[in-house]
Amino acid sequence: MEQKTKINAEDGKQELVITREFDLPLELLFKAYVEPEIVEQWMGTKVLKLENKKHGSWQFKTTDAKGNVVFQANGVIHEFVPNRKITRTFEMENTPFGVQLELLEFEQLTNGTSKLNMHVIYESVAHRDQVLQLPFAQGINMAHNRLQDIVSKLK
Amino acid sequence: MNLRRDVFQAIADPTRRAILLLVASQSMTAGVIAANFDTARPTVSKHLQILTECELLEQEQNGREIYYHINAKKMKEVADFIEPFRKMWDDRFNKLETIMKKYKSKK
Repeated sequence: MEQKTKINAEDGKQELVITREFDLPLELLFKAYVEPEIVEQWMGTKVLKLENKKHGSWQFKTTDAKGNVVFQANGVIHEFVPNRKITRTFEMENTPFGVQLELLEFEQLTNGTSKLNMHVIYESVAHRDQVLQLPFAQGINMAHNRLQDIVSKLK
Repeated sequence: MNLRRDVFQAIADPTRRAILLLVASQSMTAGVIAANFDTARPTVSKHLQILTECELLEQEQNGREIYYHINAKKMKEVADFIEPFRKMWDDRFNKLETIMKKYKSKK
């Protein structure tokens, strides 16, 4: 089966492209990026601020059950063209990943299908590769935490 | 944890990537590998040691010579390193699609 989400990350470059075709009309796809309560659902984070306009800014925050902040990100919006394009910066706070520039292009394929082209530019090749490995790192951390839990119970 | 054992760190180096490409074609001795590079022999040895430590290369004794050959299984792991990242976005976008389909039918 062909993969719906594709990542193109060329070796030695500080950028990558994520593309995805949706079984949704263009307007609905775009809405999922604009309405805070919808963003919260699919991104799994709380939206503190989302100003969909040029010079606007945004802020996301995720806390765990104990109220600890596990994810916090922010950025500014440089370009906002409804149903077509969003240009914005993205920075994960308290991480070494730096700021990234995101160019999101929305495209209608048919009446009921659409496509998202997400071009992400990082500060350096090293930054990009670090982010690419992030899901790995998280997996390792989770395993590590579980191990710690088990070990502490043994004591 | 020993940083040298980090596979991604190992392939981040252009000389080491070149060594992997070279050895991928056929197994060869350290001497033959070094002959393909302008780099000093001890430097190439160091690269070979790192690649061996992180299991991208394997050593095989053949008489008096040690041959290096590629560990295909480990290489596949590296080729797939982008997969968790892709999967993360795929999951997010699947969720987005499901939510918006419900949204559409509500209207």
